Amino acid sequence: MLLARVVGTVVATRKDEKLVANKLLIVRPADPHGNVDGGYLVAVDTVDAGFGETVLVVSGSSARMAAGMKDCPVDAAIVGIIDAVEVHEP
Amino acid sequence: MQIARVIGNVVTSAKDPGLDSRTLLLIQPLTADGAAAGKPLVASDSVGAGVGEHVFFVRGSEAAFPFQPRVVPTDASIVGIIDHWHAD
Repeated sequence: MLLARVVGTVVATRKDEKLVANKLLIVRPADPHGNVDGGYLVAVDTVDAGFGETVLVVSGSSARMAAGMKDCPVDAAIVGIIDAVEVHEP
Repeated sequence: MQIARVIGNVVTSAKDPGLDSRTLLLIQPLTADGAAAGKPLVASDSVGAGVGEHVFFVRGSEAAFPFQPRVVPTDASIVGIIDHWHAD
Protein backbone atom coordinates (compact mmCIF):
# COMPACT_ATOMS: atom_id res chain seq x y z
CA MET A 1 0.00 0.00 0.00
CA LEU A 2 1.10 3.54 -0.67
CA LEU A 3 1.32 6.56 1.54
CA ALA A 4 -0.18 9.49 -0.33
CA ARG A 5 -1.26 13.09 0.14
CA VAL A 6 -4.74 14.28 -0.86
CA VAL A 7 -4.19 17.17 -3.28
CA GLY A 8 -7.56 17.61 -4.98
CA THR A 9 -11.01 16.37 -5.89
CA VAL A 10 -12.57 15.02 -9.07
CA VAL A 11 -16.11 15.81 -10.13
CA ALA A 12 -17.61 13.62 -12.85
CA THR A 13 -21.25 13.78 -13.84
CA ARG A 14 -21.06 11.01 -16.38
CA LYS A 15 -19.39 7.87 -15.07
CA ASP A 16 -19.83 4.15 -14.61
CA GLU A 17 -23.06 3.56 -12.68
CA LYS A 18 -21.20 1.61 -9.99
CA LEU A 19 -19.17 4.74 -9.25
CA VAL A 20 -22.24 6.89 -8.59
CA ALA A 21 -22.25 8.32 -5.04
CA ASN A 22 -18.56 7.55 -4.50
CA LYS A 23 -16.16 10.36 -3.64
CA LEU A 24 -13.14 10.62 -5.94
CA LEU A 25 -9.97 12.36 -4.80
CA ILE A 26 -6.68 13.20 -6.47
CA VAL A 27 -3.71 11.93 -4.47
CA ARG A 28 0.06 12.04 -4.89
CA PRO A 29 2.27 9.26 -3.53
CA ALA A 30 4.43 10.43 -0.63
CA ASP A 31 7.55 9.13 1.10
CA PRO A 32 7.46 8.12 4.82
CA HIS A 33 8.41 11.67 5.77
CA GLY A 34 5.39 13.12 3.98
CA ASN A 35 7.16 14.58 0.95
CA VAL A 36 5.19 14.00 -2.24
CA ASP A 37 7.04 12.33 -5.09
CA GLY A 38 5.76 10.96 -8.34
CA GLY A 39 2.59 11.33 -10.31
CA TYR A 40 -1.07 11.84 -9.62
CA LEU A 41 -3.73 9.18 -8.99
CA VAL A 42 -7.50 9.30 -8.83
CA ALA A 43 -8.60 7.22 -5.86
CA VAL A 44 -12.04 6.42 -4.50
CA ASP A 45 -12.39 7.53 -0.88
CA THR A 46 -14.02 5.11 1.57
CA VAL A 47 -12.91 6.71 4.84
CA ASP A 48 -13.96 10.35 4.40
CA ALA A 49 -10.47 11.75 3.93
CA GLY A 50 -9.93 15.46 3.41
CA PHE A 51 -7.71 17.83 1.49
CA GLY A 52 -4.10 17.84 2.68
CA GLU A 53 -4.34 14.65 4.73
CA THR A 54 -1.87 11.80 4.42
CA VAL A 55 -3.73 8.63 3.53
CA LEU A 56 -3.22 4.94 2.87
CA VAL A 57 -3.98 3.92 -0.73
CA VAL A 58 -4.53 0.33 -1.81
CA SER A 59 -4.10 -0.30 -5.53
CA GLY A 60 -4.88 -2.96 -8.10
CA SER A 61 -7.66 -5.48 -7.71
CA SER A 62 -7.31 -5.23 -3.92
CA ALA A 63 -8.99 -1.82 -4.14
CA ARG A 64 -12.26 -3.67 -4.75
CA MET A 65 -11.99 -5.14 -1.23
CA ALA A 66 -12.49 -1.73 0.36
CA ALA A 67 -15.86 -1.25 2.04
CA GLY A 68 -18.67 -0.92 -0.50
CA MET A 69 -16.39 -1.37 -3.53
CA LYS A 70 -17.31 -4.95 -4.39
CA ASP A 71 -17.51 -5.36 -8.20
CA CYS A 72 -16.77 -1.66 -8.75
CA PRO A 73 -14.38 -0.59 -11.55
CA VAL A 74 -11.69 0.89 -9.30
CA ASP A 75 -7.94 0.26 -9.01
CA ALA A 76 -7.07 2.71 -6.23
CA ALA A 77 -8.92 3.23 -2.96
CA ILE A 78 -8.18 5.29 0.12
CA VAL A 79 -8.59 2.88 3.06
CA GLY A 80 -7.01 4.78 5.95
CA ILE A 81 -6.06 8.21 7.25
CA ILE A 82 -2.48 8.26 8.53
CA ASP A 83 -1.96 9.61 12.05
CA ALA A 84 1.76 8.88 12.28
CA VAL A 85 4.58 7.07 10.51
CA GLU A 86 7.46 5.96 12.74
CA VAL A 87 10.60 5.28 10.72
CA HIS A 88 13.43 3.38 12.42
CA GLU A 89 16.30 3.45 9.94
CA PRO A 90 19.44 1.69 11.16
CA MET B 1 7.35 -12.59 -3.38
CA GLN B 2 10.11 -10.18 -2.46
CA ILE B 3 12.59 -9.75 0.36
CA ALA B 4 12.26 -6.63 2.50
CA ARG B 5 13.32 -5.13 5.80
CA VAL B 6 10.80 -3.71 8.25
CA ILE B 7 11.75 -0.07 8.81
CA GLY B 8 8.81 1.38 10.69
CA ASN B 9 5.24 1.43 11.93
CA VAL B 10 2.19 3.15 10.46
CA VAL B 11 -0.53 4.42 12.80
CA THR B 12 -4.06 4.98 11.48
CA SER B 13 -7.24 5.58 13.47
CA ALA B 14 -9.80 6.22 10.72
CA LYS B 15 -9.59 3.20 8.43
CA ASP B 16 -11.54 0.62 6.49
CA PRO B 17 -13.30 -1.87 8.83
CA GLY B 18 -11.34 -4.68 7.17
CA LEU B 19 -8.10 -3.16 8.46
CA ASP B 20 -9.25 -3.01 12.08
CA SER B 21 -6.73 -4.72 14.38
CA ARG B 22 -4.34 -5.31 11.47
CA THR B 23 -0.73 -4.30 12.02
CA LEU B 24 0.59 -2.03 9.28
CA LEU B 25 4.36 -1.87 8.83
CA LEU B 26 6.61 0.22 6.65
CA ILE B 27 8.92 -2.03 4.65
CA GLN B 28 11.87 -1.41 2.34
CA PRO B 29 12.21 -3.95 -0.50
CA LEU B 30 15.74 -5.34 -0.85
CA THR B 31 17.90 -6.95 -3.51
CA ALA B 32 19.45 -10.36 -2.85
CA ASP B 33 22.60 -8.66 -1.51
CA GLY B 34 20.61 -6.60 0.98
CA ALA B 35 20.64 -3.23 -0.80
CA ALA B 36 17.49 -1.13 -0.99
CA ALA B 37 15.43 -1.76 -4.13
CA GLY B 38 12.81 0.85 -4.86
CA LYS B 39 10.68 2.93 -2.54
CA PRO B 40 9.37 1.91 0.89
CA LEU B 41 5.74 0.78 1.06
CA VAL B 42 3.13 -0.09 3.65
CA ALA B 43 2.31 -3.78 4.17
CA SER B 44 -0.14 -5.59 6.41
CA ASP B 45 1.47 -8.16 8.70
CA SER B 46 0.21 -11.74 8.98
CA VAL B 47 3.15 -13.27 10.89
CA GLY B 48 3.99 -10.92 13.77
CA ALA B 49 7.06 -9.27 12.25
CA GLY B 50 8.80 -6.36 13.96
CA VAL B 51 10.98 -3.39 13.11
CA GLY B 52 14.47 -4.38 11.95
CA GLU B 53 13.53 -7.90 10.84
CA HIS B 54 14.01 -9.27 7.34
CA VAL B 55 10.80 -10.60 5.86
CA PHE B 56 9.30 -11.67 2.58
CA PHE B 57 6.05 -10.24 1.33
CA VAL B 58 3.46 -10.83 -1.36
CA ARG B 59 1.94 -8.16 -3.59
CA GLY B 60 -1.39 -7.92 -5.34
CA SER B 61 -4.80 -9.32 -4.45
CA GLU B 62 -3.08 -12.44 -3.02
CA ALA B 63 -2.02 -10.20 -0.13
CA ALA B 64 -5.53 -10.57 1.27
CA PHE B 65 -5.38 -14.39 1.36
CA PRO B 66 -3.64 -14.78 4.77
CA PHE B 67 -6.58 -13.05 6.44
CA GLN B 68 -9.39 -15.09 4.93
CA PRO B 69 -12.30 -15.39 5.57
CA ARG B 70 -12.07 -11.71 6.51
CA VAL B 71 -12.03 -9.31 3.59
CA VAL B 72 -8.99 -7.10 4.07
CA PRO B 73 -8.26 -4.35 1.53
CA THR B 74 -4.51 -4.83 1.23
CA ASP B 75 -2.17 -5.12 -1.77
CA ALA B 76 0.98 -6.04 0.19
CA SER B 77 1.29 -8.52 3.07
CA ILE B 78 4.24 -9.84 5.03
CA VAL B 79 3.92 -13.63 4.90
CA GLY B 80 7.23 -14.80 6.39
CA ILE B 81 10.09 -13.76 8.67
CA ILE B 82 13.49 -14.66 7.19
CA ASP B 83 15.97 -16.33 9.55
CA HIS B 84 18.77 -16.12 6.98
CA TRP B 85 19.18 -16.24 3.23
CA HIS B 86 21.92 -16.94 0.75
CA ALA B 87 22.17 -16.01 -2.92
CA ASP B 88 25.07 -16.34 -5.33
